[in-house]
Amino acid sequence: MENMLTVSSSPHLSSGATTRKIMLDVIIALVPASVAAVIFFGWKSLMLIAVCIASCTALEYICRKVMKRKNTVGDLSAVVTGLLLALNLPSGLNPLIAVFGCVVAIVVVKQMFGGIGNNFVNPAITARIVLLVSFPVQMTTWEKPFEWLKTADSVTGATPLALMSQGTSTGYMDLFLGNTGGCIGETCALALLLGGIYLVARKVISPIIPLCFIGTVFVLSFLLGGDPLFHILSGGVMLGAIFMATDYTTSPMNPAGKVIFGIGCAVITVLIRFYANLPEGVSFSIILMNILVPHIENLTRTKPFGKEKKNEKA
Amino acid sequence: MQKSLFKEFSKGIIKENPVLCLVLGTCPTLAVTTQASNAIGMGVAATVVLICSNAAISLLRKVIPDKVRIPAYITIIAGFVTMVQMLVKAFAPAIDESLGIYLPLIVVNCIILGRAEMFASKNSVIPSMVDGLGMGVGFTAAMLLMGSIRELLGSGTFFGLPVTSGFMDPILIFILPPGGFFVFGMLVALSSKLSGKQKTAEDISCAKCPMNKTCSKVNGEEGECNG
Repeated sequence: MENMLTVSSSPHLSSGATTRKIMLDVIIALVPASVAAVIFFGWKSLMLIAVCIASCTALEYICRKVMKRKNTVGDLSAVVTGLLLALNLPSGLNPLIAVFGCVVAIVVVKQMFGGIGNNFVNPAITARIVLLVSFPVQMTTWEKPFEWLKTADSVTGATPLALMSQGTSTGYMDLFLGNTGGCIGETCALALLLGGIYLVARKVISPIIPLCFIGTVFVLSFLLGGDPLFHILSGGVMLGAIFMATDYTTSPMNPAGKVIFGIGCAVITVLIRFYANLPEGVSFSIILMNILVPHIENLTRTKPFGKEKKNEKA
Repeated sequence: MQKSLFKEFSKGIIKENPVLCLVLGTCPTLAVTTQASNAIGMGVAATVVLICSNAAISLLRKVIPDKVRIPAYITIIAGFVTMVQMLVKAFAPAIDESLGIYLPLIVVNCIILGRAEMFASKNSVIPSMVDGLGMGVGFTAAMLLMGSIRELLGSGTFFGLPVTSGFMDPILIFILPPGGFFVFGMLVALSSKLSGKQKTAEDISCAKCPMNKTCSKVNGEEGECNG
């Protein structure tokens, strides 16, 4: 941040980028995934999205009021957090549990550490992990897609990753379009990729982290004898790599740091998928790498030109 | 005399609460507060040891040579802990089972050694015992508060009785270690807010840091804060 505040001599060029505009772009990029979520999992997922966005915004407003600080609801960051959290939940989840997740994300992770730009881990990912640890049964009860059209009762099924550990495989086309069980926003790889391409085209995110993340998952799962295409299309890899790992506050600033960050996320994800007794590891990998970000920044700090070599202490 | 004795007793409960203000005895506090009943068992056991060891150390304070005082204190404390552990094993085996390793670990509970060093080694027997009682009650109260919150939210029960089973699912994370740290942090924040002694910028500056003699940042070398 200090570098950005350096005043140089004129002429200055304003890019016009504000937090609000960036957040609006992220919301637009998440629209395809949200639409896919509603198509596959029905009105329940729409309600989850609405509940999460509303409670995150309300909590942000209340927190800033209670802490007597300038209100930051207008920058839409709480809406993005709420939307991302909702997309990381299973469709049959009790909305009250989702509200608890919003409290964790906004009050504990974001505002207690000083609000936007000061959180040391991604709020939505942390809320998802807290919910997963707190409500292990409700958070892993997946409803089958399109069942909401056929019956009033919900029919549950396993995620592709859980199915794979039982020896059943899921077709690539189903995985790509999202016709599988899972969190409401993570199943449709097509919609997530569309959003990612939009963000890169608008220069909101740099493509380094998603490419390193997804690429390393592909290579590593191939080397470990898995099906590489299956591993990048299933679970939360697309959602995590494009939208969660690229959060400005909790990812490195330099390209070299971004490469380390993306590869680190992928390595932890693959290790959890192949060797741990959890089927999915994307959220844990991102939160662990979030914690390492300050150290990655220290290692990859840009060195000024002309500085003597011997003074370069790490 | 009466008034000052009461002061020695009451300071341990709020003003110098060992857990929430002095941040001593954190390990047993985090480990055993998954149930309110555990907190009471641990608190009573530690209080008994605290009173007895404070009394014994205060009686022996002129006999114990200064250079070997810490081993001497530990030996005295270990003696009392062994007695308490045998009594608990004999009369309350259920508590012994749920406290597990943390019961013998009262030996190294820093509240007890801390009070021996800070208070009993400088004061006479009666004030030392009163100080031990106050600190023990403060320890028990803080753990009971934490245990109640964690049990109520994490298992939906209070002293083993179901409370929230009808309308709320238990939030498991509260009986797991992260929930313990979370509740602990919240209670410390709350107690410092209530007692109105929030740290100013000067309090957290390098000059007041206990590490400032050895810290490389203060001494002008490159490096990060050690403290």
